[in-house]
Amino acid sequence: MNKIFASAEAAIHDIKDGSILMLGGFGLCGIPENCIAALVKKQVKDLTCISNNAGVDDFGIGLMLQKKQVRKMISSYVGENAEFERQLLSGELEVELIPQGTLATRCMAAGYGLPAIYTPAGVGTEIATGKEVRNFDGKEYLLEYAFNADFAIVKAWKGDAHGNLIYKETARNFNPLMAMAGKITIAEVEELVPAGELDPNAIHTPGIYVNRIFQGSNYQKRIEQRTVRKKN
Amino acid sequence: MPLTKEQIAQRIAKELKDGYYVNLGIGIPTLVANYIPAGMNVVLQSENGLLGMGPFPFEGEEDPDLINAGKQTITTVPGSAFFDSAMSFGMIRAGKVDLTVLGAMEVSEEGDIANWKIPGKMVKGMGGAMDLVASAKNIIVAMMHTNPKGESKLLRKCVLPLTGVKCVKKIVSDIAVMDVTDEGFKLVERAPGISVDEIKAKTEGKLIVDGEIPEMVF
Repeated sequence: MNKIFASAEAAIHDIKDGSILMLGGFGLCGIPENCIAALVKKQVKDLTCISNNAGVDDFGIGLMLQKKQVRKMISSYVGENAEFERQLLSGELEVELIPQGTLATRCMAAGYGLPAIYTPAGVGTEIATGKEVRNFDGKEYLLEYAFNADFAIVKAWKGDAHGNLIYKETARNFNPLMAMAGKITIAEVEELVPAGELDPNAIHTPGIYVNRIFQGSNYQKRIEQRTVRKKN
Repeated sequence: MPLTKEQIAQRIAKELKDGYYVNLGIGIPTLVANYIPAGMNVVLQSENGLLGMGPFPFEGEEDPDLINAGKQTITTVPGSAFFDSAMSFGMIRAGKVDLTVLGAMEVSEEGDIANWKIPGKMVKGMGGAMDLVASAKNIIVAMMHTNPKGESKLLRKCVLPLTGVKCVKKIVSDIAVMDVTDEGFKLVERAPGISVDEIKAKTEGKLIVDGEIPEMVF
């Protein structure tokens, strides 16, 4: 069992035109920067990207949008990207907006081997159109299906040779859910260690879910909204 | 005088109770954190995966891995916890979060809320708003009573696409505090110097005025 890949390019080698990808992160926090750069370099196109956001103009998934590699985005909030807006209005890009909790739970369902879940989010709104509604104990819920993605691409803080992953702070977000949900899961980590060096009590994603892992490099970790207070 | 945004937040803070877990939305709701009474233990939930959100970091101490749902750099307070996005909405759906404070573009007299989409304008998405309004057990809306044209935002029926139905429990606007009841908006308090007649005139939905309506006290 060798899960360790030498580079992002090697780890994504079989992602091809038309693939359905999950990409972890919330805004620019916890995004798989190295894999995104490799996908841009590889010039794969017609991708469907399931990701909470679509990056900003010159970073994150925004880099793939610039190269017109994305055919469809499935996201909960996409407001920070002018190129995204242009492609959407011109019809080049298809967008499916879904509630954030529904997005997370549809990833979770896939990782837990469940075909679908019921959630109250969106009942009585336009996103309920065409969906099965079921009443449990007097409250209505929508049937939402588990995602079916070819690849899940996630970013973790630490990982080991077995693919066990630990995330840092709020960079966790969608990453562990997507890691469980991909047919093939690719993890890039800030620190890759030999098996046995991570505390088994502290593992967030057990390695069974991770097919490929590599040591990332040159993380920019851009901040979208830098908010600070002054020291007195 | 109508309340300032800070005063709306200050009035909402009076609804907090010791031990509450609270989710604050973007905009005026965020300001509520500035008015948590001293000595009261309130834990702030950020739906991107944190319980125990603290103030903004000091300059030079920003951590790109530590942000809130508005993507702002933040800090944690002692006793905080991180989790994934499914667990975050799980604790909201399961009724563990005591209070959710949100902004709104429109609220109906039945408690429907619209705050995510204006037809004809760029749609950015609902983020976590639909999950929050469908699940939270207590929702307070912070909003302006009228739009810049002076038209009421408290309506019989919402005109804009809905975020959720029959979910808002209380509204704190710049001129009034109202409970959303089965019969309509029940006026609870007036902003200082604002008459009941003015509130009536600015409320398109059904407004219930029962007895003397006190002025807000800060």
